[in-house]
Amino acid sequence: MDTQNTFRIGTGAGFSSDRLEPALDLIRLGRLDAIVFECVGERTLAFGHRDRRADPKRGYNPLLERRMRAVLPLAQAAGTRVITNMGVANPLAAAQRTVEIAAELGLKGLKVAAVTGDEISHLIGPDTRLLEPGCRLSETGREMLAANAYLGIDAILPAIEAGADVIITGRVADPSLFLAPMAHHFSWQLDDWHTLGAGTAVGHLLECAAQVTGGYFADPGHKDVPDLAYVGFPLAEVTADGGAVITKLEQSGGLVSQRTVKEQLLYEVHDPSAYLTPDVSANFSQVHLTDDGQDRVRVNQADGAARPKQLKVTIAFDGGFLAEAEISYAGPGAAERARLAGDIVAERMDKLHGSNAPIRIDLIGVSALHASAVDYPATAQDVRLRCAMRASSEAEAEMLLWEVEALLCCGPAAGGGYRGHVTPSVMTYSAFVDRGDVQPHLEILST
Amino acid sequence: MSIRVPLRQIAHARSGDKGNRSNLAIFVYAPEHYEALRQQVTPERLQTNFGGVLRGPIKCYELPNLHGLNFVMDQALEGGVNESLNLDGHGKSWSAMILALEIDLAGIT
Repeated sequence: MDTQNTFRIGTGAGFSSDRLEPALDLIRLGRLDAIVFECVGERTLAFGHRDRRADPKRGYNPLLERRMRAVLPLAQAAGTRVITNMGVANPLAAAQRTVEIAAELGLKGLKVAAVTGDEISHLIGPDTRLLEPGCRLSETGREMLAANAYLGIDAILPAIEAGADVIITGRVADPSLFLAPMAHHFSWQLDDWHTLGAGTAVGHLLECAAQVTGGYFADPGHKDVPDLAYVGFPLAEVTADGGAVITKLEQSGGLVSQRTVKEQLLYEVHDPSAYLTPDVSANFSQVHLTDDGQDRVRVNQADGAARPKQLKVTIAFDGGFLAEAEISYAGPGAAERARLAGDIVAERMDKLHGSNAPIRIDLIGVSALHASAVDYPATAQDVRLRCAMRASSEAEAEMLLWEVEALLCCGPAAGGGYRGHVTPSVMTYSAFVDRGDVQPHLEILST
Repeated sequence: MSIRVPLRQIAHARSGDKGNRSNLAIFVYAPEHYEALRQQVTPERLQTNFGGVLRGPIKCYELPNLHGLNFVMDQALEGGVNESLNLDGHGKSWSAMILALEIDLAGIT
């Protein structure tokens, strides 16, 4: 392969709490042009807003400082551009903190860009139509905390053109974080839908890091993965047509196979012929995979059509408090004792405390994750009762914890191992806004 | 004569979430099993078996070149990750739930 015309891009994180050392290995050994840390989901964006509310200087990824401290010196030495949405709900504060860290480390001449403009709560009103509940915002009866539009490559490209070494965004469509540096390198036009669709497929395959290199895949005896404890993160060797080879470092654990690539290609995809991002409507339905050596899979023939006219928005609402409390029962009759304990909690919350928030009762080991769908044969003799409730007040949430803890003395025989916690809860719904109403903004800081 | 095997023996799957919508992509290991998968693992069957959690309409997209199906399942996450009280609010384990279905391979070698 003509390496002059290959763009090497890797993944440094596929979710907010992803591992760090596979990213450092990739920067050291991967000869990367760019590395992307993708750290925002519906859940983590909501947490970001919660954190920023508590402290206006926070709201970025809680691992930003640890990651930047380790990544910046290596990336500067390797000449690898770092692109990340670790800004979450506060990209500017994240960029400021990154510049401080770079200065502490003595890194000179580092340009750090903050891409903002995704926070668009000013465009959202009581009449805004929410997609999933299918109602107007005012009908939810909940307080809006924030609203973030998914930005695309047009928000990131100016930062690359300005020569930023580190680009920190908030809500950006995950594949766009990868597509932007590819599009810049190969000078792809913003209406070259075919190539942008192909590049989006590559970005989509990379965006969850280890999920294409053997993570979220192993099923012993059916799908075995070598050295999963040290699973490597992926890199792509992208060519000018948007095709790529997906691979990983030889020294790392995990595997890249057509199977791992197929599973990730459809991950969180709805219509495979119309995967909508702010950049393109990508078509994965005709993707062609071929083996290209050990842990190398070539991806071709993804396509694309014109980008959507509207941008998707995630709107976060105050969701009250999530209470979760657990206690264990083991030995003969464990499931019956756990069930009795659960009934007691539900009875007392309803009749004694007048709580009308629905309580979920799980018997972990018997029936929990699939409780509402499947009746598995109950043979377990080591069962954990879990009671969960979303309450509008912290006091009501605490009451559930008290009731479960009180089972220690007042409940069925031989219950132990109580744990409970209350977490402030944020709920999210989606809506659309017109693209023209959203104005991305760039700020560049440097050491 | 029927030859019934668990789906897990001939296929692999992965599920993901967006809001209260879950998607589940399932691929056969051997291309000759694709037709059996397509005919026997249908939206109706998923609804019948797992209706307690897959509460809305289910749509199936066929991917013959990848020997797979992509099911898009509405109202399938008990509210979604920020609302559900399920420990697995993302429905990550839905793929494992569906691989327990049986499939009849009679007439296929």
